[in-house]
Amino acid sequence: MSVNTAEIEQPALKRKDFVSDQVIRWCPGCGDYSILAQVQKTFPELGHRKEQIVFISGIGCASRFPYYMNTYGFHTIHGRATTVATGVKLANPDLSVWVVTGDGDGLSIGANHLVHLLRRNLDINILLVNNRIYGLTKGQYSPTSEPGKKTKSTPFGSVDRPLNPPAFALGSAGTFIARSLDVEGKHLQKMLAAAYQHKGTSFLEIYQNCLIFNDNAFVDLSEKPHKLEHQLLLEDGQPMLFGEGHNKGIRMDGHRPVVVDLEQDGFSVDDVVVHDKSDKMLALMLSELTYMPDFPTPLGIIYQEQQDTYEELVHRQIEAAVEQLGKGDLQALLHEGHTWIVD
Amino acid sequence: MSETKKGSKKNVETLEQVTIRFAGDSGDGMQLTGHQFTDTTALVGNDLATLPDFPAEIRAPAGSLAGVSSFQIQFSSREIQTPGDHPDVLVAMNPAALKVHLSDLRSNGTIIVNAANFNKRNLQLSGWDSNPLEDGQTLVDYKLIDVDMTRLVGEALSDMGLPPKIIARSTNMFALGLLYWMYSRPMDTTIKFIETKFKSRPEIVEANKRALQAGFNFGYTTEEISTSYVVLKAKKPAGTYRNIMGNQALAMGLVAAANLNGLRLFFSGYPITPASDILHILSGYKHFRVLTFQAEDEIAAVTSTIGAAYAGALAVTATSGPGMALKSEAMGLAISAELPLVAINVQRGGPSTGMPTKTEQSDLFQAMYGRNGESPIVVLAAATPADCFNTAYEACRIAIEHMIPVILLSDGYLGSGSEPWLLPDIDALPPIKNHKVTDSNGEFYPFDFIDQEAMARGWAVPGTPALEHRIGGLEKDSRTGNVSGDYDNHQQMVDRRAQKVAVVARNIPLATIHGDDSSELLVLGWGSTYGAIRAAVDSARKQGYSVSQLHLRHLNPFPSNLGELLLRFPKIIVPEINSGQLTRIIRAEFLVDANVLSKVSGKPFFPSEIEERIIQILGEK
Ligand SMILES: Cc1ncc(C[n+]2csc(CCOP(=O)(O)OP(=O)(O)O)c2C)c(N)n1
Ligand code: SF4
Ligand SMILES: [Mg+2]
Repeated sequence: MSVNTAEIEQPALKRKDFVSDQVIRWCPGCGDYSILAQVQKTFPELGHRKEQIVFISGIGCASRFPYYMNTYGFHTIHGRATTVATGVKLANPDLSVWVVTGDGDGLSIGANHLVHLLRRNLDINILLVNNRIYGLTKGQYSPTSEPGKKTKSTPFGSVDRPLNPPAFALGSAGTFIARSLDVEGKHLQKMLAAAYQHKGTSFLEIYQNCLIFNDNAFVDLSEKPHKLEHQLLLEDGQPMLFGEGHNKGIRMDGHRPVVVDLEQDGFSVDDVVVHDKSDKMLALMLSELTYMPDFPTPLGIIYQEQQDTYEELVHRQIEAAVEQLGKGDLQALLHEGHTWIVD
Repeated sequence: MSETKKGSKKNVETLEQVTIRFAGDSGDGMQLTGHQFTDTTALVGNDLATLPDFPAEIRAPAGSLAGVSSFQIQFSSREIQTPGDHPDVLVAMNPAALKVHLSDLRSNGTIIVNAANFNKRNLQLSGWDSNPLEDGQTLVDYKLIDVDMTRLVGEALSDMGLPPKIIARSTNMFALGLLYWMYSRPMDTTIKFIETKFKSRPEIVEANKRALQAGFNFGYTTEEISTSYVVLKAKKPAGTYRNIMGNQALAMGLVAAANLNGLRLFFSGYPITPASDILHILSGYKHFRVLTFQAEDEIAAVTSTIGAAYAGALAVTATSGPGMALKSEAMGLAISAELPLVAINVQRGGPSTGMPTKTEQSDLFQAMYGRNGESPIVVLAAATPADCFNTAYEACRIAIEHMIPVILLSDGYLGSGSEPWLLPDIDALPPIKNHKVTDSNGEFYPFDFIDQEAMARGWAVPGTPALEHRIGGLEKDSRTGNVSGDYDNHQQMVDRRAQKVAVVARNIPLATIHGDDSSELLVLGWGSTYGAIRAAVDSARKQGYSVSQLHLRHLNPFPSNLGELLLRFPKIIVPEINSGQLTRIIRAEFLVDANVLSKVSGKPFFPSEIEERIIQILGEK
């Protein structure tokens, strides 16, 4: 939804315009509060008319989100936010459609639909709130939980191999894949705006702390000082540097990424790989870092490409048919084929 | 017609009605042959009804019993209701077809076979111990016309240098030509069809046309057949007619509902027999600005439909039983969110994958009760292929006027069966009033009724300024729609959802009785049993039996006079292609002694089966 007349003539909206009158029911200290706050802060800047915005969610803690946004909202059923959103967007392509889903909602029960939304590339923004746990059902392991994790349903530790969200999105032909973190307000705002600007399906994974059932899951990324060692903040066209004073970088050794210490290993910035968000191979490499020990976690836009959106193609085909066959005439339709008259 | 008989020494007899069954291998083109005979027969002006019957496998092994495909048509000079029970003529293109269908043929019926296919291998494959054409015993009760169609077609095409495969493929046209001669039908519709269908392959056009003509000529010259027949035009109400299949009529009814009422039709489906044709047909209607969406599964189909309904479209999804099972959670969401949508179930044999290409009415309970929680829903059923148009329109009307989801039940028999259709006057279709809200007049409460009578909330679609609101599947406050865990409110909402379905009864026609308002026996039915019941009841009445018919289109809610009507009849039977689902609902609802006449074999009822039961109950006269 980058260009829309809805952006032009409207009184400036404020953060509070996006706050609904509902009492928020997340646990105090839940990462979802921060995500909601960043969304409410970012939206006035996007300049989109409020009535043109729709939030659609499935079921889960994060999926309560639409109730707290003073926009149109639909809290649907478990795993199906993506498909409800598809129907909304097809029926009215002018709307700015946002899906809020969890790691269970989007990657377990709703994974099939997520694949298909991504490959179709409707202009819908997906916020995948990943706390690596089932929050609402009180703490079972999720498809993104780490192996060995002990939860109520895995008292002896999980033997499931976890799913890697950006790799999943890449494999589903996603055209915008990014990651941010609940507590990194500014970064999250930037990613929300970028997701909004992207024409096509935007997949934004947001790491979120569930302090009740999976506390500190992302503590390495969220707390100083070690967060500098663990966050790989991606900037298109910039070398992949991280660490205190950008003292480290990612160097490609053939196809293999390696961490280099610019102060000790004898490498310079020129040896560090430069991020190119349009490079799918690089994106695949970055996705793989997700669970690789000894590597920092990429945050930012991992991959982006421009493709026609599904709704554009659908509506274009309809208009072409009207052009070619003339506007449908019901009477003619009924009389099509062989008819005969009885008098 | 008369000139085709010029110089013929043969008799011409007039018949009132005829039933023909074309049967052959899946690769023999029996469906196409049947459809051609049907198109021509419709144009001749006979009343007709058809029943295609094909295997679920695309190509079962050639010559096997599993691979037999058939198409039955009954046509008549008076009004008829069904494709007929026992055929007068069986066209059997191979031994398997004869094996499968022989027992249905009426005694003294005519059998036309392609003798060329009765070779040792085919006979073995289809389990004949001896060749029935030659054993002088299997077919003695019938009139056998055995023709080496393959040889005769081969001769007709001899100068074309075509491979034997093409010759074999053209034998169905020979059979068709022969039947055109026997029943005095013109061939021009089929010739035109051949010319268009195979436009890019002139040699196929020529081969098919010659085979058709060869069949016709064979009838004219052979000594084996001494009589040809005429079935006169049927007397039907004046107007323009076309022949129509149920799925086609459904698709058109949906387009009409959207088109005439200023709504955009959104249709989503996932392919499944026998519902896929609705998706195929609507996908061709892009110039009506129909939005069709082939979803990744039935859950996506129904939930995208819910999304489209929320966004203001006339939203419809269609499937068959297994797909309906997948949709059930989402149907509950549509009920809870009070959104208008239509979910069509073209029923087939169940349970599980069941019998995909066979018909059944066994999903009534599923439609009525197949969801979690107290989740009543409006249920309609179409009665005949042409009636699918009206029922589709009616389903849309109720959904939109009441802001409520509606399930429409059709079945395989209706979906692919056909009958002549008196084209409706589209201006006479009832206008559908929608409840879109465009401004708030101050406070807006999404779950307030905007139409008290219909218990319909406002349809405030995203994009409308100042009406931003949230809906969902959690229990909600009866005004604001906000999440509510309040006990009294839940009770109120449960009652409200039941009431919302109940008030639809004020907006639908009363039930009517065919026959006498009170006779000894009532035959109550719903859905595709309509034709068989009508034929049986009419026949029994002619013989002096005191029996009437009541057929339901509206299954939830029932027409408001139904209870009162049922009480007038001391005896009630309910023919159903299930084990007694409507019967149980009626008994529970009205405490009447209704009894089921059940048949769940994958085949529709024969009128004779219902008539026998009527006579059994009322006593032999
Ligand atoms: C059909 C269905 N199955 C199961 C549930 C129960 N359920 C609700 S939320 C949820 C998991 C939520 O996990 P996630 O998507 O990660 O969201 P979170 O609560 O962690 O934000 C489950 C299993 C349900 N509501 N519906
Ligand atoms: S359970 Fe976890 S995810 Fe859910 S609200 Fe509480 S902290 Fe947040
Ligand atoms: Mg979770």
